[in-house]
Amino acid sequence: MIQTLFSAPPPESGLFDRFKKAVSKTRDALSGQIDDIFEGKKEIDEELLDDLEMTLIGADVGVRTTSEILDDVRGEMERAEGGDPRAIKERIAGRMMEILRGSERPAETAAQPPEVILVVGVNGVGKTTTIGKLAHRLTQDGRKVLLCAGDTFRAAAAEQLSVWGGRTGCPVIRQKAGADPSAVLFDGLQAAKARGVDTVIVDTAGRLHNKAGLMAELEKMKRTAGRVAPAAPHQVLLVLDAVTGQNGLEQARRFTAGVGVTGLVLAKLDGTAKGGIVVAVARELGLPIRWVGIGEQADDLVAFDPESFVRSLFEG
Amino acid sequence: MFDNLSEKLQRTFKNLRGQGKLTEENIDDALKAIRLALLEADVHFKVVKRLIANIREKSLGAEVLTALSPTEQVVKIVKDELTAILGSTESKVRYCSTPPTVHMIVGLQGSGKTTSAGKLALWLSQHGHKPLLVSVDVYRPAARDQLKIVAGQIGQPIYDGAAGETTPLELAAGAFREAKQTGRDVVLIDTAGRLHIDDALMVELEQLKKRFEPKEILFVADAMTGQDAVKSASEFDKRLGISGVILTKMDGDARGGASLSIREATGKPLKFLGTGEKPSAFEIFHPERIVSRLLGMGDMLSLIEKVEENIDEKQALEMQRKMLANDFSLEDFREQLRQVKKLGSLQSIMDMLPNVGPFKELQNAEIDPKELVRTEAIINSMTAKERVNADLLNGSRRRRIAKGSGTTVQQVNQLLKQYRQARAMMRGIATGGAGSKKRKRSKGKRRGHGLRGPAPGGMGFRGLLGR
Ligand SMILES: Nc1nc2c(ncn2[C@@H]2O[C@H](COP(=O)(O)OP(=O)(O)O)[C@@H](O)[C@H]2O)c(=O)[nH]1
Ligand SMILES: [Mg+2]
Repeated sequence: MIQTLFSAPPPESGLFDRFKKAVSKTRDALSGQIDDIFEGKKEIDEELLDDLEMTLIGADVGVRTTSEILDDVRGEMERAEGGDPRAIKERIAGRMMEILRGSERPAETAAQPPEVILVVGVNGVGKTTTIGKLAHRLTQDGRKVLLCAGDTFRAAAAEQLSVWGGRTGCPVIRQKAGADPSAVLFDGLQAAKARGVDTVIVDTAGRLHNKAGLMAELEKMKRTAGRVAPAAPHQVLLVLDAVTGQNGLEQARRFTAGVGVTGLVLAKLDGTAKGGIVVAVARELGLPIRWVGIGEQADDLVAFDPESFVRSLFEG
Repeated sequence: MFDNLSEKLQRTFKNLRGQGKLTEENIDDALKAIRLALLEADVHFKVVKRLIANIREKSLGAEVLTALSPTEQVVKIVKDELTAILGSTESKVRYCSTPPTVHMIVGLQGSGKTTSAGKLALWLSQHGHKPLLVSVDVYRPAARDQLKIVAGQIGQPIYDGAAGETTPLELAAGAFREAKQTGRDVVLIDTAGRLHIDDALMVELEQLKKRFEPKEILFVADAMTGQDAVKSASEFDKRLGISGVILTKMDGDARGGASLSIREATGKPLKFLGTGEKPSAFEIFHPERIVSRLLGMGDMLSLIEKVEENIDEKQALEMQRKMLANDFSLEDFREQLRQVKKLGSLQSIMDMLPNVGPFKELQNAEIDPKELVRTEAIINSMTAKERVNADLLNGSRRRRIAKGSGTTVQQVNQLLKQYRQARAMMRGIATGGAGSKKRKRSKGKRRGHGLRGPAPGGMGFRGLLGR
């Protein structure tokens, strides 16, 4: 399997194809610098290992995760493959895919509707846009979706979500600016129950994970959800911006500690940033990456695919 | 586990301490730690490589030249290198000789442009200008509403567009016309977030630039940005010739290595820092501050500047003199307490301390107003002589003071410890950490800014917290 990762093209099909296109189109845009570090390489030497290390660090995988992955494969490589440089790349990719696949698990669902999805993250990562896209996706799958404007802090946040409600044909429950987000959530869940809604997606204000007061506010929202709907929120999605560097790991740690993140959304992967920090997050916290944002339109949300993701880390 | 660059360096240098001089060998350990720290701080790997080479060369060369300890030598070299990259002087905001001046705010999606536009407008208005805001983000839902609300919050006018104005060029032209008519001297254009590889949208910015000849094109970058900072910033710079950078979300715990990468990749100065969600959480960038943050000395200078806005300048100068002369007394310490009380919200000041090194514990500390009162009571119970010379405070004097202030001897001891720490730290700021500052200080006050040296209120806070 890993042996073919860089030689055989992956199966082309629908979403997967779009994911692949998204991650490679960005690389073309600024290409020219794409120098294959394996060109002309005959054996595994320190220079090659350095290059590989820098490739991964340059993709924001992080020094620690990178060194551990390299250490994992290095010793056995020198013995097993007779030092074939290409094989070591396959091994590294394989190791990363193991990490990403190891954290995969079926999405949490509700025993009885409504299913509640709480969307959290730091400021500007793409929470509201992700919600719009997710609403589009779920609606297309025939689900009845309701949006809850839990960001009562940022200027015009509820208006932004309302536009997405309009685009996707989903009702939006909101209150006036500055209202208690838990109160909006309460309203939203009551409305969802009354209207027989399948899924409620809850927007929240962006917050830095090191602000205790704001994290407490989020915990309160979570408790409120649990009181109104059994076992809610069923999913807590943490949105990470693909440009985020090593701080992404701390974000994942703190949001998980605070509100029990169940999965990640990697937004803005249509840029040149590679989002390698999710490898570190998957490795340390075992969180699955559920969705990937690849643009600002309603259908720019695709399922995460470990294989094309890992391949993209080595490109450009 | 090392948590941040400062801790890492401190740890490494602790290990170096006691060794007589810098050798190839012990410098290698330090360099390894510095490299790791810089990479974990998100400095671009190529920048790191260059830095490490320079630091190694200078460290080995420095050996014979100085009488400093190895630790001090390396710290100094690292600091100097980082400062050299970031630029050694603070940079100014530029204006047209014939107003209105146009400033443009650009950047990736979600970097904090709209918030920064509001903050810059407020800052301009506080520095003798009359800004007019305009949002030309015709793409993101409710983006223009957002800026309108922000403008309302800071009490600055916004150009809302006239009938028929739908494109960014039309909206900006409308704003320019209105600014001329109403005597606003700076038009601040907030643009839509975009990817640097989105050619159509980059062309849009080029057109705006061509048409309005902005004096500032400020690239807004998120402090949490990783290795991609180099690509996005360089591309914006290549297409637009940015004039400077605003680094946002500095109130988070990201180490902000992107600042080094961007500066190195574009050569353009960092001009402002965003340090919170409030419109006033905006500061002029000083290179030493980022370096200090990276090295774990914190945003002490920003903090000091903030405090200055609320504190009598004459007192500040006097306090500064005292710190340099090392005669910061308990009397001064008490004065600090009073100033702190005047400042009101301690939390906002706490928020400015970096989440690193000795300040870490402070971040979640509860501020106990009773502690403030108690501390002041203890100092009040001292004689004037004791306040000036804390060394007089022997056991019996301490017992007397405890009795007089209704506290315990332990509490008195605790306070004296805090006072000594505060004094030591203030000395540190006054001399060490701001080594290059002595020179600048003599130039006196800069336009629109308090003095740049230390001021009262700097470190006393530490002593005011519960344990
Ligand atoms: N290119 C791109 N932009 C995105 C993506 N997701 C969100 N954005 C943009 O990022 C900015 C911030 O998004 P928003 O949803 O308001 O972030 P929030 O503050 O986390 O709710 C907006 O300009 C969005 O259009 C994505 O996948 N790709
Ligand atoms: Mg939002």
